[in-house]
Formats: sequence, C-alpha cells, structure tokens
Amino acid sequence: MTKKIFLTTADALLPQIGRSVSIGNQKIALFQLSDGRITAIEDYCPLTGGPVLEGTVSGEYLYEPLRDYKISLLDGRIQDLDEGQLKVYELLLEDGDIYLKGASI
Amino acid sequence: MREHLVLIGNGMAGVRLVEEILERDPERYDITIIGKECYPNYNRIMLSNVLQNKMTVDEIITNPYTWYEENNITLINEDPAVGVDTANKTVTCEKGLKIPYDKLVFATGSHPFILPIPGSQKHGVVAFRTIDDTAEMMEAAGKHKKAVVIGGGLLGLEAAKGLQLQGMDVTIVHLAKWLMETQLDERAGKLLQGDLEAQGLKFLLEYATTEILGDERVTGLRFKDGTTIDTDLVVMSIGIRPAAELAREAGLEVNRGIVVNDFMETNLPEIYAIGECVEHDGKTYGLVAPLFEQGKVLADVLTGIEAKPYQGSKTFTSLKVSGCDLYSAGNIMDTEGMQSIEAFDGVNRNYKKVFIKDNRIEGIVLYGETADGNRYYNMMKKGQEIADLQSIAILQAAGEEAGSDDVVSWDDDETVCGCNGVTKGDIIRGIRDKGLTNVAEVGKVTKAGTSCGKCKPQVQTLLEHELGEGVTASTGICSCTDLNRDQVMTQIYAKHLTTSSDVFRELHFSNPEGCAKCRPAVNFYLNVAFPTEHKDERQSRYVNERMHANIQKDGTFSVIPRMRGGQTNPQQLLQIAKVAEKYSVPLVKVTGSQRIGLYGVKKQDLPAIWKELDMVSAQAYAKAFRSVKTCVGKNFCRFGTQDSMGLGIKLEERFEFIDTPHKFKVGVSACPRSCVESGVKDFGIICVENGYQIYIGGNGGTEVKEAQLLTTVETEEEVIEYCGALLQYYRETGIYAERTAPWVERLGFEAVKHILSDAAKRKDLIEALDVATAVKRKDPWHEIVGDRDIQEKLYSIDRRELVTVGD
Repeated sequence: MTKKIFLTTADALLPQIGRSVSIGNQKIALFQLSDGRITAIEDYCPLTGGPVLEGTVSGEYLYEPLRDYKISLLDGRIQDLDEGQLKVYELLLEDGDIYLKGASI
Repeated sequence: MREHLVLIGNGMAGVRLVEEILERDPERYDITIIGKECYPNYNRIMLSNVLQNKMTVDEIITNPYTWYEENNITLINEDPAVGVDTANKTVTCEKGLKIPYDKLVFATGSHPFILPIPGSQKHGVVAFRTIDDTAEMMEAAGKHKKAVVIGGGLLGLEAAKGLQLQGMDVTIVHLAKWLMETQLDERAGKLLQGDLEAQGLKFLLEYATTEILGDERVTGLRFKDGTTIDTDLVVMSIGIRPAAELAREAGLEVNRGIVVNDFMETNLPEIYAIGECVEHDGKTYGLVAPLFEQGKVLADVLTGIEAKPYQGSKTFTSLKVSGCDLYSAGNIMDTEGMQSIEAFDGVNRNYKKVFIKDNRIEGIVLYGETADGNRYYNMMKKGQEIADLQSIAILQAAGEEAGSDDVVSWDDDETVCGCNGVTKGDIIRGIRDKGLTNVAEVGKVTKAGTSCGKCKPQVQTLLEHELGEGVTASTGICSCTDLNRDQVMTQIYAKHLTTSSDVFRELHFSNPEGCAKCRPAVNFYLNVAFPTEHKDERQSRYVNERMHANIQKDGTFSVIPRMRGGQTNPQQLLQIAKVAEKYSVPLVKVTGSQRIGLYGVKKQDLPAIWKELDMVSAQAYAKAFRSVKTCVGKNFCRFGTQDSMGLGIKLEERFEFIDTPHKFKVGVSACPRSCVESGVKDFGIICVENGYQIYIGGNGGTEVKEAQLLTTVETEEEVIEYCGALLQYYRETGIYAERTAPWVERLGFEAVKHILSDAAKRKDLIEALDVATAVKRKDPWHEIVGDRDIQEKLYSIDRRELVTVGD
C-alpha cells in the first residue's frame, strides 16, 4: 500500500520561487517551473551545507544562493562540478493538491 | 612492488613536486609525506591576504586532506622527521616512527631569521611564516594596540598592512635607507614609503634594534642610538635561512642550503632536495616560482623522463598591498657597465626603470603602473635586444601602448603566470585540448592566475585570441551571452523589450531563462529602460530583495527599519524593544549606518514584525539608495556649520526606495572633521561655513576609494538636485553590481563632472528619475503587510506530519 503525504496546494506556489515544506525534520523545497511542472527537492546542498530554497530558478535548473551551483530540479544532480546530488521527491497531483509519494521519503 | 618515495616537508615546493609526479606517472610510487604543521598543504604566500581579511584560512588550503586520500598519499602530520639513516635508507620521525624509503626528497623549506638580541624569546615576538603565526598576530591585534614590524621587505610590509587592517597602530623598523632595498631602487622605495605613510603606516628607517624590552611579554624596543619605542607585538621579518640541519646531520653536503646539481640531486644517491632549503649554483631562493621550476625538473628525473637541467631562476616580486603596485625583477644594482632607462611621472606617481647591460634588459623596477612587468620580464628572460624599441613615450594617447595584448606574440615557452610557472603554451593547450572558455577555468586546470592574480588580463587576452566570440563570462554580462551591458541595453531600447523572457529570447541567451547572474541584471536594466512598462520580476530578484530582508547564514533574516538621518525617538525605541522581546530576537545591534538591526528573525515572523514595528524598511539588503548617515550638526555640535542631520533626512525622504546598479550610500558631515566619513561615500557632503562640498564615488569597502570633490554649492536644494542627477546618471549608465567608484573610474571623473555641472542636464536627469520612480517608490514592507496572499506564498512554511493515508 502506498502512503502519501499532503504537502500543499498548487495554487500556493509562486512560479519560479521556492516554497518550504517540512515533514518531521526533513526540509523540502517545492518549485513550480515556468512550464508549470512542480518538483520537490531536499532543501540542503551537500556542497555548501546550506539551504537551496531561496535560489534562482531557470528552466529545470536551480542556482543555489550561496555559491551559485547549478542543480537539476528533475534529478537533483549538481551540474558544473559533476559531483553531488540532492534527493528528489516523487509527487502526486490530485485536484490541485500536491502529495508526496510515501515511498520516496 | 612499487618503490617508496618519502618526502620530508608538506609545504608548497614538496607538494607541488608530488602533483607533478602524479601528473606524469600516478602509478609509479607509494608516496609518504612527512610534515611538521597541523594543516594540509596551503599557499603560504596568501597568508598576508588572510591577515588583510581578503581571504580565509580555508581558502588558502590548496590540497585538502581528501586530496591525500584520493591519491593514496600517506600524510604523517605534526610529526617532523628528526633523523635519516642513509645506510639503511630509513627516516625517523619525532614520535618514533621509522619509515623506509627508496627515494628521499628534502623539501624542508626555511626558518624565519630571528635577530640574536636580548629579549627575542619573549611573548609577543613572532615571525610571519605559518598559519599559526598568522593566528597569533590576529589574536594579538584583538587584545593590543601597538605593533612593530622589524624588516621593511616584502613580507614585512604585507604583515604591517595586515596588522593595520586588524586595527593596530603599526611602525616598521628597517635597517636600510629605503624599503625593499634589494628589489627597489631608492626612488621607487621612497614612492612606496610615501604611499604607505598616506595609508597610515609609520616608518623608522636606518634604525637598528638592539634589545627587546619587557618582562614576560614584550613592552618595547631599544635601538642602537639608545632611543626606545613602546609596542605590544613585534613581528620579525628580516629574512629566512634554509632549513638544512637534518640534511647536514644525515651527511649531505650543505653550505647555506642543501647543495644540489642541475637535476636536484644531492651528493648522496637516491636523495634529492628542492625548494627554499636548497642551494643551487651558489644561490638560494625564497620565492615561489623557482620552487615550482625545480619541482618540474625533479618530477622528470623521478619518473624517468629526460629532464632539462635546471639553470637557476630569474625571479620577480610584486607586493600584495592595495594602492601600492610594484614589480621588480632581475638585477637592479648600479654595477659596472650597467645603464638604465628611467621614466618618472610625478603626477600619477608612476615610475619605471629598466636596467640595461649590453643592450639587453638585466633588471626591472616598476612602481604605480605595473602592467608592463611581464613583457619586460620575458624580454629579459629571452635576452632580447632592445635596440629597435622606442625607449620612452610620454603622454601617449590611450590605447596606443602595447599593454597586455602582446602576450599573443610571445613564444609558447614564455611564462605568463610567474607565481605558478605556467607558460603561454600551457594555457593555449588547455584552451585547445580541454575546451577551457574563461579565466576561472584556465585557473582551475593550469593554475595560472590563482596566486597573485596579476596575469589574469593576459589569460583573458589569450582566451579572446584563441576563441574569439567563444570566450565566456568576462566579455558578456554572464556566461549566457557574449553581449556586454551596453550591448544588452542598446538592444533593449532598439527592440523595445519589456520583459526578461523577451530579452533572453531576442538576444539569443544560451540559457532560455537566464542564470543567477543575468536575471537580476536584466530585470534592473528593463526597469531603467522602460520603468512604466516593465513589471518588476520578483522571481528574478536576489533572495534579499525578493524577501525584503537580509538572509543570514543559517537561513534566518535580519530586519532593519528606516531611521532617517539616523534620528530616532523614544516611541520607536520602545516599539523596537517590544518587538524584539516578543519574537525572542537573538541579536539587536546598532548597524554601521546608524540604524538598529534585529538579527536572526525567522522567515515566518517577518510580516508580523514589520506590522508591529509600524516603521518602513531601510532597504539595508538592496541595491538601492541606502541610509543617509549624518552627524548631529550645528544645532548641537560646537563645530557644526550647517544642519547636517536635517539635510540628511531631506535627502532620504526624497530618494529612498530608488533602485540603483549597486548600493548607494550617502553621508552628510557638518564640518570638515567629517565624523560620518563622507569621504568614502558614494555621495558625500561636507558642510562648510559658506555652503556644501559635494564628493562622489567614494567607497569604504573591499577596495577603499576616496570620494572626489565634484563641486561646492550654496543651498540644500542644490545638494538635493545634484544627488538626484547623479543617481539617475548612475542608473542609466551603470553596470549592474558596479559600485560608483569603479563606475566613475570607467566613465572618467571629468566626464561625469561635465554632465553633472550642466544645469539643463541635471534638470533632465531629475525629471527622468521622477518619471521612472513615480510608481515604484514604495515601502515594500507595507505592501506585504497588506497582502495576505503574498504573505502566505512567500513567507509561510508548511509543516506536515508523517500520517498514513489509505490510497
């Protein structure tokens, strides 16, 4: 049986601006891309040790705010250095509600 | 089985040798490095930058511990080698470890020379060579006031400048008649001294120290003439001597240093030496370039590649002190048969002297303008005849000089980066073979430009020559485009582009939605070009401007309300106190620009705090017209000539909430004592009896720049008019993130002055400013406090619990 966790509603997101949701002590950054897709990524950059929530979104990439590392919002990979990966969460969208697929936590 | 290579010394020379070996043949050796200090390899040259607050200790670590792990290098740290048994081929460390070797390399470096005078062992007497020395100096600076640096050489001056920047009152004691006497001639030495004195350093030249005074800790110095000076810290920087004791005990031939031949071999088989500990051809070296050249030769030898014999190094020096550019190389002594070409520009304090023998360059001294240093240096290295060259050209038109462009015509084996021994050929190969497209990438791969950074313009020139339009970063506003600011702006006007996505699409940015660099820049340019049509793009703003609060390192924010002119009242203070208490604000601090800041505020508390404060934002986070700093002025101060605080408040009311290319700081002082430091403001006023002096383009930040006197006016209204005109001109022509100091320098002070002196132009500029900002000059906090939707979307954090829901 799949568990799912309600995160927030799609209309609570601003395009290209991160929204923070925490589950227990896991921090998740939700983003709506310019094409409408919604992604979720762990709000922690392994290279800087800081949050990524406040970064700049461009296409399917995020430039994290501390050192400008370019991170794919689809697979979490850090691009330029070719090293490091952030956890990406699978989402379910139902009637404008955003859920996390329980299996991905 | 692989041979075991043991390296004694974990410093720059030794570790660079290991890097060179790994590059040639990574499988060849099992490598062990023995070190004395408790750090991985770091760039010792950069310690003066650490002391001058330009870099952190982390940033000067060149090979972190992971590098040793990844390359399977055994590092024995904090356990120096104390014995070498050459018969049984083992090295013994202090803690008793015995390590067998097949090949042994001494890279033991040098010891700082300590004057053999009474008191030199007292607390507070330090050398300047290691991270620990630097930490000790910084700690002393935190507790004490006065410092003396003994030795006016390169390192001594850098130490002195660093201690001064740490807040100390610093005197330099030097034995010779002028500073850096082995690298500079008297004239350049005196120029340097003058500039350093203007920066606040003090000098005692031709002074010999005979005794260090004090009980446990140093309290002063006594000189040969019997006079004394009080001090709390003494830094000895009078030279180094090769660390060759261990080698001598092991039976190696040692003069001043460990004697090596042209292949860095000592007199005993399988034992080599490089770096500051060696003596080659009667010479020892204390600079970085020779160490790297030696490392390359030895790496060839140790990996069985036919090595070119080491033939000694020609060295050069530059000084890492802002505002004192100098360059020195080769032989600069006026010896028999030496001639010189000399040019001295007393107006700009530029001095060039080239020492000539047999029609070839033998030595170089440059002060002030040093861009030609590398060119002369390469002519000297090549032994090029100078007969065909023009010797001096005075008042050349800009652009006529050879400048850095001629790096293109150099031979491939000529050195571009002297610090790291990187030749033009190395850089060209990197660009061609590895596809490097900007200065930073070239630095990562070849190390060029990563030490002192002076060769970066030449690296850029090579990139441009090789790649033409393909160069990234430095020509365009970011790596998404080759267009610079002016080109982008021209196209925005020409094509009437009003949104960022239009700009990215029409100007063919490689990233269809831009990057973190160009997004805020383009948003700003659009705002300037079409203020009424362009809608501000929140998602393009940098986090601080998007959230209207400064993000702190832990993700919390700061709140700094506006107090115009630095003036407040009991009601405001009570309000701030109440809010700070209610929201358990961890830190309340008076800021550098006379405001009160609340630090460590949680994101979700921001809107409520703004509402309860009922004050407007000081925009202390924005590229915008910032706070106006004022002194109390003539209503209270005995020296005040005008109502500086009143004028400051008027300026702030008139121009607050206006976006500028970078932050724009203002100060109004009521008299020339300038308590508010108007001389380092973007727009600084110094009130005098008969009016107001207006200074522009000052900066008190990373690179301190004195503001220049634009004009003196008679009324407050004129001050406000000039301020508005300057703001708009800066908005219209500034590059995003360019402060006014480099902006004034780029446009030329006289050109800016010319525009602003024209009353009609000032009027036009102010009109344009008012049109552009009519709708946009609003307090952002009130907007958010009144907009529940934005509060919810931007500032709230959703918290969910793990609850199982049936699917």
